[in-house]
Amino acid sequence: MKLIVNGEAHEIDAATLAELLAVLDYEGNWLATAVNSDVVHATARARFQLNDGDRIEILAPMQGG
Amino acid sequence: MLDLYGTKLPSRLLLGTAQYPSPAILADAVKASRASVVTVSLRREMAGGRSGEKFWSLIQSLRLRILPNTAGCHSVKEAVTTAQMARDVFGTNWIKLEVIGNHDTLQPDVFGLVEAARVLCEDDFAVFPYTTDDLVVAERLLAVGCKVLMPWCAPIGSALGPVNATALRSMRGHFPDIPLIVDAGLGRPSHAALVMELGFDAVLLNTAVAKAADPVGMARAFGNAVDAGREAYRSGLLEPRDVAVPSTPTIGRAVFQ
Repeated sequence: MKLIVNGEAHEIDAATLAELLAVLDYEGNWLATAVNSDVVHATARARFQLNDGDRIEILAPMQGG
Repeated sequence: MLDLYGTKLPSRLLLGTAQYPSPAILADAVKASRASVVTVSLRREMAGGRSGEKFWSLIQSLRLRILPNTAGCHSVKEAVTTAQMARDVFGTNWIKLEVIGNHDTLQPDVFGLVEAARVLCEDDFAVFPYTTDDLVVAERLLAVGCKVLMPWCAPIGSALGPVNATALRSMRGHFPDIPLIVDAGLGRPSHAALVMELGFDAVLLNTAVAKAADPVGMARAFGNAVDAGREAYRSGLLEPRDVAVPSTPTIGRAVFQ
């Protein structure tokens, strides 16, 4: 399945958002996720089904002004 | 004491966390400034990356109030989604709302700002809008639910200081009971003191401290300037006059002939 993760195209077999994070070695409770510009809360990732062409953003705390 | 959305804060300085030479200097500068709020952001994390974790641990160790921002967002949708993601990670409904309208000046898109503020206020966010000194925009922001206003005094990172003190004074006069925080454009401690003397409730700054030769020393200087400006405002400033007025009593002086 083709997925766009943080702007980069990936060919990944991952049924859910939680699986995608595991496959790409993302872990920790400091991550925020969105699929197709809508927030997916941490508690909803395990049941959030991904579809071909989905655009996923995975963000983390960063310095800011 | 400064009251922002029902939270009482001992300091009137809010400090950004970007552009410091090192995490250790950032932590020392925050402590030296005596800031009670620090601003943070969200950015893409690399696969397998841990940079977010390290920064998040450092911020948590400061034990201060956290104000996430939507820096870099150019649309209502971007800003709203980023705010919701920030709430998810940082565990706060506070959001410094930026909807940028111009690449060169980084001035806010005030139309998008009002709309994004409306959406977020309806979603129980405590919105801190980065806005201009325009009174009509300020009225609209208050009308959609904002209880704090954060006008710029000059473009972000410009260090120009208050380029339109008259507009800032007018804003203070129009909104006597709304917490007003100057956000963006401060370059020197004297700039911070000036806007505090005008009656602003607090200042938010980043670059002027982070890019100083000695960020820790500059953070302390800004903290002192904010305190001085606030105390001066509360103490009643002397208005300028066009003629000299002797400060030493003239009655009883000796006459020599």
